[in-house]
Amino acid sequence: MDKVQNNKAWFLVLPVLVLVAFSAVIPLMTVVNYSVQDTFGSNVFFWEGLGWFEQVLTDSRVHAALGRQLAFSGIILAIQIPLGIAIAVCMPKRGFWASVCLVLMALPLLIPWNVVGTIWQIMGRTDIGLVGYTLDQVGISWNYARNPVHAWVMVVMMDVWHWTSLVALLAYAGLQSIPQAYYQAAKIDQASRWKVFRYIELPKMQGVLLIAILLRFMDSFMIYTEPFVVTGGGPGSATSFLSIDLVKMALGQFDLGPAAAFSLMYFLVILLVSWVFYTVMTNLDKAEGR
Amino acid sequence: MVATSETFTATTRKATLPKIRARHVVMVAYLLFMLVPIYWLTKMSLQTNREILGGFTLWPQNPTLDNYRVILTDRSWYIGYINSITYVVMNTIMSLAVALPAAYAFSRYRFLGDKHLFFWLLTNRMAPPAVFALPFFQLYSSVGLFDTHIAVALAHTLFNVPLAVWILEGFMRGVPKEIDETAYIDGYSFPRFFVKIFTPLIASGIGVAAFFCFMFSWVELLLSRTLTAVDAQPIASIMTRTVSASGLDWGVLCAAGVLTIVPGALVIYFVRNYIAKGFALGRV
Repeated sequence: MDKVQNNKAWFLVLPVLVLVAFSAVIPLMTVVNYSVQDTFGSNVFFWEGLGWFEQVLTDSRVHAALGRQLAFSGIILAIQIPLGIAIAVCMPKRGFWASVCLVLMALPLLIPWNVVGTIWQIMGRTDIGLVGYTLDQVGISWNYARNPVHAWVMVVMMDVWHWTSLVALLAYAGLQSIPQAYYQAAKIDQASRWKVFRYIELPKMQGVLLIAILLRFMDSFMIYTEPFVVTGGGPGSATSFLSIDLVKMALGQFDLGPAAAFSLMYFLVILLVSWVFYTVMTNLDKAEGR
Repeated sequence: MVATSETFTATTRKATLPKIRARHVVMVAYLLFMLVPIYWLTKMSLQTNREILGGFTLWPQNPTLDNYRVILTDRSWYIGYINSITYVVMNTIMSLAVALPAAYAFSRYRFLGDKHLFFWLLTNRMAPPAVFALPFFQLYSSVGLFDTHIAVALAHTLFNVPLAVWILEGFMRGVPKEIDETAYIDGYSFPRFFVKIFTPLIASGIGVAAFFCFMFSWVELLLSRTLTAVDAQPIASIMTRTVSASGLDWGVLCAAGVLTIVPGALVIYFVRNYIAKGFALGRV
């Protein structure tokens, strides 16, 4: 749709601008302010320059958190994207059962994140949780509060449970938009099921899958509540991802300067990924001729 | 796996049956994986604490609603739900009120800096709440809004306003522009056109946007916990406090968890076809 040039449209977006400026720009400016200053308390600040940034960039604790974060995001993407596609392909295409599947699959997406954490915290326990009890009975001495590997298994399993449906629902929406004519053509060509998937379904899902990957990357990159409830970032700092580490630094220890510098660099990464996301979205819209 | 590699064009009924079965097995297994943890939570919410800790059982031996009774009669518990719903509803109304005109502007007009503004909104949807926790705390403390519902509602507009704008814009551009033009020719003023003609046309979009604003505000914990202490404490925060207390009552905790799932479960059927669209910000 070609749009009309009209700068008066600014009046329509003004309320959004004011509201979001209040809830985003002012706080962000506070962060910028802290990131270049130091204090000995009682609200006396002095210029620190880029010292905090240097400190954070060379801080091995931040490096470790970033490493864990990237590993976590990588693992859950590697599991959720293929699994989500598989589920979307297996879903009924229409009718009563399609609705049943949609509703049941969407349930985990709508549960408050701390309750998701609580559910899996319980599930992993050997005395009252199904997963922990079963593993214990099988002969694995399961203890996710002590063993870092077990803690990771718990956190990854929880995230797969929580978010795979999102990937599946997006892929499903992509599948639904494929015209029936494509399948009929494949039928005439005697294409195998795999070839239909590889040469028709997968290319047609490309756009939505990119959105799915970016959304999952972003949301896993700022995950906080769920691992915090399940493991509290432990054992030690085995599951302290970036957000958990940041909150510890800012609200726990009140290290304002480093926390602010950390926040800004964190935000820059988000900005970069958002830009990729935006470009993908815009290209997708263009491809659909809208 | 043998079944899925069957040819797509299997003609006889015999050959089609196993293929369907393999898909069913995958689907049923996945749905079980989705439902078992929720079942487990519900099961424990129906047991007494003694029964939970007394031994491992797959279903409640003596189902009881006592845990729910505790929550629904103890003010320190149920006030959490009231607080949560208060700020969530405030936030949803605020977000939609400002997002509707803005989404219309984005879907219909080109104006100075429109693309940049649209992108900037997206970055706020993607912003990690952890970055904003401390500045929000200081901002709302300094203006005297700390521990009020309005503070949490305002804080959540950070990600909900962009979300609503993006979702609504996605719906609005599906409405042909000729409708606007016809209405103006017929002498409608902009506000009258917007309320009388345009809003009914995108009613489903408004419903979906409202649902997602509600949901994202409802599931969020970090900001709502940071910005409240006593008077406006959300249910999520009350729950985590119980976790860290000694001698905690699993049954009550699980019952509280089940009750937080209820609002989503009630409306999910109506938005089932829009869930993907909503999460993908109106683009799918």
